[in-house]
Amino acid sequence: MVLLDVDDVTFAYGDQPVIDGVSLAVESGAFLGLVGPNGSGKTTLLELIIGLRRPDSGTVRLFGDPTHESNHGERIGFVPQTVSDTNGAMPITVREAVRMGRYAHTLLGRFTDDDRAAIDAALQRVGITDIADRRIGRLSGGQRQRAFIARALASEADLLALDEPTVGVDAESREAFYDLLHALNEEGITIILIEHDIGIVTTHASEIACLNRELYFHGDPESFVETDALADAYGGGQSLIHHQH
Amino acid sequence: MTPLSLSASTPPAVLAQLSVDAAVQFVLDSVWGTALDGIAGLTGIDMLASPFMQRAYLAAICIAIIGALVGSFLVHREMAMIGDTLAHSAFAGVAVGLFVNATFSVVVAPFVTALLVAAVAALLVQSLVDYAGAYRDTSLAIVLTGSFAVGSILVTATDGGIAVGINAYLFGSLATVSRLNAAILLGLSVVVTAAVAVAYRPLVFVTFDEIGARAAGIHVTRYNQLLAVLTAVVVVGAMQIMGVILVAGMLVIPVAAATPVRGFKRAIGVAVGVGLIATTAGVTLSYQYDIAAGGTIVLVAIALYTVSKLSVRVRHRLARRTQASSAAAASQPVTADGGDDK
Repeated sequence: MVLLDVDDVTFAYGDQPVIDGVSLAVESGAFLGLVGPNGSGKTTLLELIIGLRRPDSGTVRLFGDPTHESNHGERIGFVPQTVSDTNGAMPITVREAVRMGRYAHTLLGRFTDDDRAAIDAALQRVGITDIADRRIGRLSGGQRQRAFIARALASEADLLALDEPTVGVDAESREAFYDLLHALNEEGITIILIEHDIGIVTTHASEIACLNRELYFHGDPESFVETDALADAYGGGQSLIHHQH
Repeated sequence: MTPLSLSASTPPAVLAQLSVDAAVQFVLDSVWGTALDGIAGLTGIDMLASPFMQRAYLAAICIAIIGALVGSFLVHREMAMIGDTLAHSAFAGVAVGLFVNATFSVVVAPFVTALLVAAVAALLVQSLVDYAGAYRDTSLAIVLTGSFAVGSILVTATDGGIAVGINAYLFGSLATVSRLNAAILLGLSVVVTAAVAVAYRPLVFVTFDEIGARAAGIHVTRYNQLLAVLTAVVVVGAMQIMGVILVAGMLVIPVAAATPVRGFKRAIGVAVGVGLIATTAGVTLSYQYDIAAGGTIVLVAIALYTVSKLSVRVRHRLARRTQASSAAAASQPVTADGGDDK
């Protein structure tokens, strides 16, 4: 079943085109790695996909509906970049942050037993029950990202959208984090991941989309490594070799 | 005070007015007045038995609660200065009210025009941020100075006649807390508290992670506007005691003092507590030494903030020392978790 259908989408900031004629279909259960150089429009495309932006032309359909017109908030789990997009100084605990995953279901009124059970299950699934009462701003980068994954799981999302989730996370935690994503994907959750480390994407993703304003490649990781798409998108082959470790 | 005499032919508007009066009388005199009279009798503190101070304490409590409730969301969105901007808009609103009263033969309560102008300014600031792409602090600065400019022109346009009235609003005063003002502030406090209680979840989500909230389908713009308008209500309500220039302090300082607390709800509770100490102590000191209430309240709040920050430092230092000594005792290296680097 097609979960995401991007059809000839164009988007510009003022007169600066960022996304140009991109078409892309993603099946339910896929693990899509979105790669491209800095400023290539990856984050913008992710924002178009989850309905944070409206395309200038073309359509983005998620779960069968145009994203900017429909509200599928409870089906989307969004994980932002570690430090820049979230408020580290706010005295909020891990559990309070994970509870937000239920807000798309129960925004006003009392939480039900289902809500509370989903929160406990999510904390447990990513292994942060023991730090649930700590302040989220005091956690390490890896722990904090787990908290955001738990928030997405608490919402029982079908789609996890992650924007460079492991920036500033140490190598060991990063590996464990991607193992967790892999396991969640095997359980049926669709994943769309922006990641600057091509090596990680080709290891974990089931398909790759390579973007630099236009879509240079969309297919399986093996074919991606064999083609010149990356070199074309980055405008030179050096960075490709550098990242293949 | 309106005498409570009714007849069968009393029109509904008058009936409503009478029932409001009766409710105000019940809350201010029968509940609050009696309670404080009782405490005064028990403790021998005469100040508590004076109706003037009873109103001042009621206002102090209201300001502490609503300031911390709304300020908790503002401070953690890095919008601390919006309170100051809206206070200056409220000043323009007061000037509009006094100007209309002085120039035309209409009677408008300056409080009503202040609330209207501050609410419009709140929505304007939010729209500038959302649609005009202005930096948030730039749009705050534009609205702040623009409002004050309007206020200053209106004050001078009436040959300085309303300048006396304006002074009380600029610096605040306990003397301005009339029965009516106390009742209005109490009413506004009930509205603000109810609004924050109902919209707590979307407000906290938007404060913590606006993009995540948007992705979860929460109408972020609507809650931003709600927060801005609530701020305007708090500012106008607290302005009479605190003064235009100092009112923002009660939105910011108690919240900042409560920041080391673990848990957002708990931090709001602590901020309310800090606010209560600051406002009641401030009002008491202001009365005893005949000094400005707003200034005294803000200085007490800043003292509490300083104590809070110092105690966190001392606690961390003690924790490190304990950790170091236990590490030395065990002769094993200890890894710091870097927990206090934020």
